[in-house]
Amino acid sequence: MPQQSVNQDSYDDDLPEEVPPPAAPAASTDALDALLDEIDGNLQVNAEQFVRSFVQKGGQ
Amino acid sequence: MISAEVPPPLEVDPARRIFGLETEFGLHLDTPATRPITPEEVAGHLFHSVVQWGRSSNVFLTNGSRLYIDVGAHPEYATAEADTLTDLIALDKAGERIVQGLVAGGEERLRAAGIEGTIHLYKNNTDSAGNSYGCHENYLVRRRADYKTFAADLLPFLVTRQIVTGAGCITRTPQGAHFSFSPRADHMWEGMSSATTRSRPMINTRDEPHANAELYRRMHVIVGDSTMAEPTALLKMGSTDLVLRLMEARVQMPGLALAREMQAIRDVAHDLTGTATVELAEGGRATAVEIQQAYLDLVRSHLGGIIAVTEEVEQILDLWSRGIEAVRTRNFALVETELDWAIKHKIITRYRQRLECRLDDPRLARLELAFHDVSPEHGLFYRLQSQGLVRRIVSDEAIEKAMTTAPTTTRAHLRGRFVKAASEAGRDYTVDWVHLKVTGEESRTILLKDPFRSEDERVDDLLSSLNPA
Repeated sequence: MPQQSVNQDSYDDDLPEEVPPPAAPAASTDALDALLDEIDGNLQVNAEQFVRSFVQKGGQ
Repeated sequence: MISAEVPPPLEVDPARRIFGLETEFGLHLDTPATRPITPEEVAGHLFHSVVQWGRSSNVFLTNGSRLYIDVGAHPEYATAEADTLTDLIALDKAGERIVQGLVAGGEERLRAAGIEGTIHLYKNNTDSAGNSYGCHENYLVRRRADYKTFAADLLPFLVTRQIVTGAGCITRTPQGAHFSFSPRADHMWEGMSSATTRSRPMINTRDEPHANAELYRRMHVIVGDSTMAEPTALLKMGSTDLVLRLMEARVQMPGLALAREMQAIRDVAHDLTGTATVELAEGGRATAVEIQQAYLDLVRSHLGGIIAVTEEVEQILDLWSRGIEAVRTRNFALVETELDWAIKHKIITRYRQRLECRLDDPRLARLELAFHDVSPEHGLFYRLQSQGLVRRIVSDEAIEKAMTTAPTTTRAHLRGRFVKAASEAGRDYTVDWVHLKVTGEESRTILLKDPFRSEDERVDDLLSSLNPA
């Protein structure tokens, strides 16, 4: 089935560049904390009002 | 008039399937304005450029996908037909970028109307008032007379797969808050029916194949959560596909029909330990971990037979197995870069430790919304991903390409070429999943009943008449 092999090839090509190896726990901890440091100020501003103002009718 | 010479259906490898994903986005205007601004008004401004391009707020794009405003003013994007999971994921991610691409124009139009504010689009399933909207999966299956019995075999799998493919959420109750596997679980009211908004079933049985109805049906699964991580989407659609392949080959399913599906889906959602049991129709009880393991074992027992071993199948089975193991052993680190609920659980837990707050703190609810925000700059999920904290399945190049180009191996290729050519030629046209037509007295409607067919002389002729060399 040509479609499958074509897709498989592109998938293989993409993999090494796009998928970082699972980070070591210590490193990922640092990265996560650094990220939380960055966004913390923004998340704290009027958090309750921000969340409450998001109301929409239901969909499907 | 409809063109008569319809080509015969293609002979199709039984392992080949057409997939589609429909996502309803949450639409949120964060504004200091004091007058109430309805979601409909915001959606109107957001879709202004879409209407200018397609003369409608319900359009098909050059990538073969559909973009429109659905019930409740939710922007909705339905992917074109994909016949591989990687194409599907690329199209789905392309949809996020397409709707996000409307935000700047929408904000500008709001500003011109005197409303300052920021538009956020969330790929999630609930708003702050508890309204729910969906993410619908489509799997083309071969038509059979006993469709409802056939589909019912999938229900125990669908009720319990949330322990691996759920989006995860904080559930707030009068008794306090807890972390659950699935935000969608509490909004399900039936196993199967043809209704959607009035009474939400897990499988919608409306018979609308968008294909040759003698050969196919569309299995329309509406119980899933919208998910952010590419590996979660791969597992959600991939494991369901593998189970369907066995069902289509008439393999006996594990005898795990549930006595009370609605109770079961809620009990499973609210038990992060995976030890809650659900009642089986034939007596006895089982945990979600046991039920998922039974389906996984069944799929594994047919590897090399009904299910050909490919790198992708191995990847799906590995992640499925680790997901179950993570719940069983309560070692969420096994999947914390791949499965939405575990990624979310980790960041919520960490942020909560920093704030030393309760789980129902509004700052954590704010964090949840940020996680689902599809903005590549502001969305928390995309910041995690760009830090390498979430594993990838498709490349950015593939997603970028999927924003404008349909898969070349399905009917979407014909639709995408048609939309591109007709709009470039400045012609009026109508298009849906199975029809193409240029407006004009002499032109015929081309009926495309075969979603596997990506080449068609009728379409080639039509396109050359649009763009005479």
